[in-house]
Amino acid sequence: MVIVGAGQGGLQVAESLRAEGYDGPITLIGEEASAPYHRPPLSKAILAGTMEEAQLAIRGAEFFERQRIALLTGTRVAAIDRSARHVRLEDGRRLEYRGLALATGARVRRLPVAGDELDGVLGLRSLDDARRIRVALDRAARVVVIGGGYIGLEVAAAARKRGLEVTILEAADRLLARSATPFLAAFYADLHRSQGALVELGAKVVALDGQGGRVTAVRTADGRSHPADLVVVGVGIVPDTALAEGCGLACDGGILVDDSARTDDPAIVAVGDCTARRTGTGTPLRLESVQNAVEQGRSAAAALLGRERPFTAAPWFWSDQYDVKLQIVGLSADHDRMVLRGSPEDRRFSAFYFRRDALVAIDSINRPADHMAGRKLLDHKTMITPEQAADESLPLASLMRPGR
Amino acid sequence: MAKVTFIEHDGLEQVVDIPTGWTLMQGAVQSGVAGIEGECGGSCACATCHCYVDEALVDSLPPPSETEEEMLDCTASERRSNSRLSCQIRVSDALDGMVVRLPEAQS
Repeated sequence: MVIVGAGQGGLQVAESLRAEGYDGPITLIGEEASAPYHRPPLSKAILAGTMEEAQLAIRGAEFFERQRIALLTGTRVAAIDRSARHVRLEDGRRLEYRGLALATGARVRRLPVAGDELDGVLGLRSLDDARRIRVALDRAARVVVIGGGYIGLEVAAAARKRGLEVTILEAADRLLARSATPFLAAFYADLHRSQGALVELGAKVVALDGQGGRVTAVRTADGRSHPADLVVVGVGIVPDTALAEGCGLACDGGILVDDSARTDDPAIVAVGDCTARRTGTGTPLRLESVQNAVEQGRSAAAALLGRERPFTAAPWFWSDQYDVKLQIVGLSADHDRMVLRGSPEDRRFSAFYFRRDALVAIDSINRPADHMAGRKLLDHKTMITPEQAADESLPLASLMRPGR
Repeated sequence: MAKVTFIEHDGLEQVVDIPTGWTLMQGAVQSGVAGIEGECGGSCACATCHCYVDEALVDSLPPPSETEEEMLDCTASERRSNSRLSCQIRVSDALDGMVVRLPEAQS
């Protein structure tokens, strides 16, 4: 078995293959120099300096030995030959496969404006990126974050906690435009402003200015110039589908997979940020989360061994900013009603989203019990009413078993 | 550095050396202790690193935060008086020799 991509999803495929009883050779190939590591702390504890790099590793070296998983780091795959069933490495070596998993992840989206290449303009995806930003934060006084998504907001929070001047420039008319409801976006705009960050909405970046090759300011379409000695670009990621497209696998904003992580080729599965899941109707669903990578990894390993383990759990996700823990479960995009439990003023509430009277998603702010109960409610498709959701005296957990 | 013994639900024991300042969860996960998942990587967001700590030590540990308290109420296996999330327990020399028992299921 060959796995291309040694992130959370790729590692999960390797581990699940062993857990499912597969005893043959497993090769896990990663481009980065590091063994698989946890990515979420990069924009949080690593920037804050509260975690050492060694703590990021998902598994230690002995684990790979014990599980007989051959880990090739710093290794790039050049191409996949599906008819001959081998992958060709950049150094010319060939690895035959019986089953192949693609866990190629994603790359940071570049800003299509002049000055994007200046020193001091950084994106955050890998450990190397986090190291660069951390060094830059040590020297910076004025930080401009371009893009009000989760990565941008977490970096902004880390910079504010260090006492730096922070400006967040978001092109849309609200934060978190791709991934959260307007209500949650407004909460986060208030939160960042209350912590002293400048949040500029509808701010379209037209150019980055520099001096001696270093960035000095960010210019926006309204003619303003925002001085900066560090610019962090967080305008989304682009799924890395080059290898899949190169060998003719169907892609549509990600490598297309079914609920069992299968691609169109029965010998090839794909997991994590590089994938887009076919849905019964409408556009393929692409989720950028640890849970998605892990669950798809488990499904993919089963599929490679000819077993069925479809992944249908409700998507969940979290973000830590300042002293606010956000936990999201479900997909709120198509909701038609929202009710609250708790109060946004206290920074402790959950927003419940309904569509045609069915619960579709919950955003919890500093209310982890609501989130955990909500995951069970959604996974078991338990019916609850908006009135029950809003009733603080009714523990959510009590709703899980009808009749109790 | 502390030597910590993890005992899985089926009785399997694994002794892990964990550096000072790391969490119990990090030590267990990096060594591949099967009974601890730690899916969220240690941000107290998933409750899949639930464990039962040494009865003798439980009172000497810093108490759980409000968030950990709430997460502990939602663990997949029974919460007991010595239940903790292992991602919230920092290792120090004082924990050398500690025994940690793992629940039947994490999710």
